[in-house]
Amino acid sequence: MGSMKVNLCGIELDNPLIPASGTFGYGYEFAEFYDINMLGTFSFKGTTKDARFGNPTPRIAECPMGMINAVGLQNPGVEKVISEELPKLKKCFDKKVMANVSGFSVEDYAYTCEKLDKCEQVGWLEVNVSCPNVHGGGMSFGTSPEAAAQVVKAVKEVTTKPVIIKLSPNVTDIVAIAKACEEAGADGISLINTMLGMRIDLKTKKPVIANKMGGFSGPAIFPVAVRMVYQVANAVKIPVVGMGGVSSAEDVIEMMLAGACAVEIGAANLVNPYVCRDIINELPSVMKKYNIENLSDIIGGVK
Amino acid sequence: MKQGIYTVKSNVKIANSVYKMELSGDTDGLTKSGQFINIMIEGMYLRRPISVCDCENGVITIIYKVVGKGTEAMAKMEIGKELDVLTDLGNGYDLSKAGDNPLLLGGGVGVPPLYLLAKKLIAEGKKVSVILGFNTKDEVFYEEEFKALGADVKVTTADGSYGIKGFVTDAMESGYSYFYTCGPEPMLKAIYKKADTSGQMSFEERMGCGFGACMGCSCKTVTGYKRICKDGPVLEKEEILWEV
Repeated sequence: MGSMKVNLCGIELDNPLIPASGTFGYGYEFAEFYDINMLGTFSFKGTTKDARFGNPTPRIAECPMGMINAVGLQNPGVEKVISEELPKLKKCFDKKVMANVSGFSVEDYAYTCEKLDKCEQVGWLEVNVSCPNVHGGGMSFGTSPEAAAQVVKAVKEVTTKPVIIKLSPNVTDIVAIAKACEEAGADGISLINTMLGMRIDLKTKKPVIANKMGGFSGPAIFPVAVRMVYQVANAVKIPVVGMGGVSSAEDVIEMMLAGACAVEIGAANLVNPYVCRDIINELPSVMKKYNIENLSDIIGGVK
Repeated sequence: MKQGIYTVKSNVKIANSVYKMELSGDTDGLTKSGQFINIMIEGMYLRRPISVCDCENGVITIIYKVVGKGTEAMAKMEIGKELDVLTDLGNGYDLSKAGDNPLLLGGGVGVPPLYLLAKKLIAEGKKVSVILGFNTKDEVFYEEEFKALGADVKVTTADGSYGIKGFVTDAMESGYSYFYTCGPEPMLKAIYKKADTSGQMSFEERMGCGFGACMGCSCKTVTGYKRICKDGPVLEKEEILWEV
């Protein structure tokens, strides 16, 4: 019997499975469906300095093999996450959780990360740099190496835990941005966030989503994700967490071969709430099928 | 929430573009009226949330209107087909506030969840009145089924081709103890304005997951943000904040 254990920035995971931010809430509601302690860990709902309702509805559009969402970072704000959500999670999750953080200024990111860094339950900070920078003309931090590096530096200054930067795929050169984050002191990179997409309703001749555009996710984007994980993993020395359309044990292995040391599952959780449990249960037999003894041996196995 | 495999027991057209499907499988978890199920359909990425019309002895009845590719595929499903279904979703109606003679108002495919509600209220000895609203005669369904339960039934059609001409609010008369409703938002707003008692309204929203994970169907209420799929779809009249 081989091992599914992997190491993410110095913390050992029982397996590489990590439900992605925004598809798993703050975890405790999924604990009603199955024992979430079987997961490697999970990345909780994107948390900001202040509470946010997010965008108007409709926020969801269906696509062939995927979906678009424009939820807009609805969350209760970091204070309430710490005082209300994390205590609820503690009752059903014994492992370290990945704290996903968003912000609209460099100061926002530093403020929220500093607060969460002090929480004993938090193992990693996953910093989502896909949000618009309100002081930078609304351009996303994740679209420029300089802006992304600024966020990394500000967060690293006020935190002690591993900082993983979650990159946007909506860029010309993702490798340049990943390298800038590594140079600025990031402990890891996760990718890809959703791809910018849009659907139009032929009957109303209006966008399906109230926000017009949103993040495209699901199996349709898997090949793009594999390609970008491969490019980034071959360009940086820090650990890479792969995500984007992963839906099966085979997809997990493919992502790891591309260079991911752990794998996040997003949209698939929304279609099948048991998908992560099912993949963890299936992994041993799929590993056997492909003659994989230890999952950690295959990371970046494709050249 | 429960996940299960359900078998199509019947699937028949009951009005213009409206179909009734019976699914056999585990119904132990489905106890409340006003809840919904979320059905996986081959070739569609997201599930289709459909309200429960009736549920007993291992059979769930749903009524759906063909409005897009998902429901088109459902209309073509044959007896014996197995479906992956999430059940026991949503909060459902609270029967404890009904009073002696509640009024139920349904519009179009908002009618089905009121059937199980009426059945439960009548079983509790309540005198139930129902107003069913449709656009036109060939879209009318379930008038006889509600009568068979023992409810007092009125039907309205917007074009006057059947029953009372107008909307459900045109057939609304004072004297009811409480109201329950489900239907399109303009109808809910009209009832909200006209109703002289408290009541409960079931809402519709485009959903991602249907079980509270994605925040795709959030709305603002007097008591804070709520997810239509998990904290709803039924909201109390007093907590509703209409978006202007």
